[in-house]
Amino acid sequence: MNYQVLQKKDLDEFIRKLSGKMTVVAPVNKGYNNFAFEEVSSAEKIALQYIPTILPPKKYFMPQKEKMLDFDISGKIPEDKAVIEYEDIAIFGIHTCDLAGIQCLNMAFSERPRDYNYLIRKDHIFSIGLECNDYCDESASCTLVNAHLPNGGYDLFLSDVGDRFVCHINTHRGAEIAGETGLFQKAAAADLTALDNLRERKRQIFKNEINIAPRFLPEIFEKAMESPVWEEVGSRCVSCGNCTNVCPTCYCFDMFDSINLDMKTGARFRVWDSCQLEPFARVAGGENFREERSERQRHRFFRKFKYPVEKYYRFFCTGCGRCTRTCMARISLKETLNALAKESL
Amino acid sequence: MKEEIVNSNWKLRKGEIIAAKQMTSAEKWFDIKLDDGELDHEPGQFVQVELFGIGEVPISICSSPTKKGSFELCVRAAGRVTNEMHKLDVGNYVGIRGPFGRPFPVRVMAGNDLFFIAGGLGIAPLRSLINYVMDNRKDFGKVDILLGCRTPQDMLFGDEVAGWEKRLDVNFSCTVDRGGPDWTGNVGLITTLIPGVTIIPERTFSVVVGPPVMYKFVINELLKKDLPERQIILSLERHMKCGMGKCGHCQIDHPKNYYCCKDGPTFSYDEVKEAKKL
Repeated sequence: MNYQVLQKKDLDEFIRKLSGKMTVVAPVNKGYNNFAFEEVSSAEKIALQYIPTILPPKKYFMPQKEKMLDFDISGKIPEDKAVIEYEDIAIFGIHTCDLAGIQCLNMAFSERPRDYNYLIRKDHIFSIGLECNDYCDESASCTLVNAHLPNGGYDLFLSDVGDRFVCHINTHRGAEIAGETGLFQKAAAADLTALDNLRERKRQIFKNEINIAPRFLPEIFEKAMESPVWEEVGSRCVSCGNCTNVCPTCYCFDMFDSINLDMKTGARFRVWDSCQLEPFARVAGGENFREERSERQRHRFFRKFKYPVEKYYRFFCTGCGRCTRTCMARISLKETLNALAKESL
Repeated sequence: MKEEIVNSNWKLRKGEIIAAKQMTSAEKWFDIKLDDGELDHEPGQFVQVELFGIGEVPISICSSPTKKGSFELCVRAAGRVTNEMHKLDVGNYVGIRGPFGRPFPVRVMAGNDLFFIAGGLGIAPLRSLINYVMDNRKDFGKVDILLGCRTPQDMLFGDEVAGWEKRLDVNFSCTVDRGGPDWTGNVGLITTLIPGVTIIPERTFSVVVGPPVMYKFVINELLKKDLPERQIILSLERHMKCGMGKCGHCQIDHPKNYYCCKDGPTFSYDEVKEAKKL
């Protein structure tokens, strides 16, 4: 394992040097306990202590709106060209929950047939993780899904041990970039001890946030299709789609065409969609295969705790707590899981 | 930075409409020839049809792969894109992606008797299989076809259906919900015709395609005939927006992770019987 040290006083220079190479984005305080990943050119605006940002870093991997195709219909035979628009980006300060979210998206989009727009964009993103020393708030359930500790998915990973960051160099590119700045020193034994102490302290703080061990969740969801819990959750849901928009692992999308004013050229775009919205599973004939809010909420939970377990051997929940924080109807992920657990006992 | 993605799965093939015909007030038929060769599909698959500037829709292929050179679609004007598509005619171009989806299990069904049941527009995807079977008739046993539609005027592929009726190697009957004064055939639901068909359950595959509301009743009748669940093949309807198992729109509410576009649209009944809606 390759560990180096970055002094906190050098963080500003690190960000400045990094932003000379590529666009740097980092969590910025937006007020009222809201944070967002935004472009920065120094460390001044970066919030090192932050609760999960309004939108996860997925917005850089899969933008809310992205162009997939340019077309020209001026000739008899239409012409089209599949395109990608991207930039070199460094994302600074990604929490372990969001690193897990990116890993989920990587799996979904690299499965064949591959999504080259996602994969090319991903290759141009340099990821710098940042460890949480304590819980962000009570909405989080990262220990449940084992996302409270780093499990890869980054180039560099910083852990705050006081006046300095201990930095895990995970990739060759990470080592190169860190080396080029000239700000990183080799970690001493005392630094590694400090990191060990941090992790030991975290083991005391971070405990499974629901009333049942995660290994029982597959069994619970095996029986959950008919659960009355969904009726209760559905009766409160207002179908706004906030929970899926802010989710680091939700990637459902819609496609739409846009034609330019010349009426000859245009483009096809991909935009985020939400299974919580009423038309999501509707077909043109009028049938809606998920008409009720309870059905749509059930579907959302199945897409986090049932289907991906079968397909990818992991939960598509990172415990970030965003869905709970953002819900206007106070639908809580932890409470919903507890209710399902209680009922299956 | 902007780059071209040469191998993108979103790139469209170009298809020229070489024949088109208004079949009923709601359905129009198109014969499409691709600029870059054969579609190379199997019975039961679908394509994504792009009307540049308007949008893309999933449409099941209604011609058999035994027909070379072009493929056919039967399109009901149901939504924004399909209504626009009805305005297209010979010489117009559309974008095509696909073919997509798991086809009907033709190789598994070979050597068995076939019992086709189509309701309404369900004849469109089923026709790709029926014509495939007709063109490879000796590979299959007894063939029964039941067809149901609302009124005689709603009958799709009327000339072809009349041909099936005349064939000695096919038993064909049809029924309408409402006949007219000149209608001399059956009137009533398609389920009323099922008891009259004799099948040998251990060597029969029934392929059922129709509107969602039809499935439950037809499947009940078939189960009464002791037809095993895995020998009942359905083609399910969902709005597949990408065709690649990604966009999420066509996922089925089922304990298993089924995407209609990749795992389907054809399923055996034993695979999907736990689905909340067929």
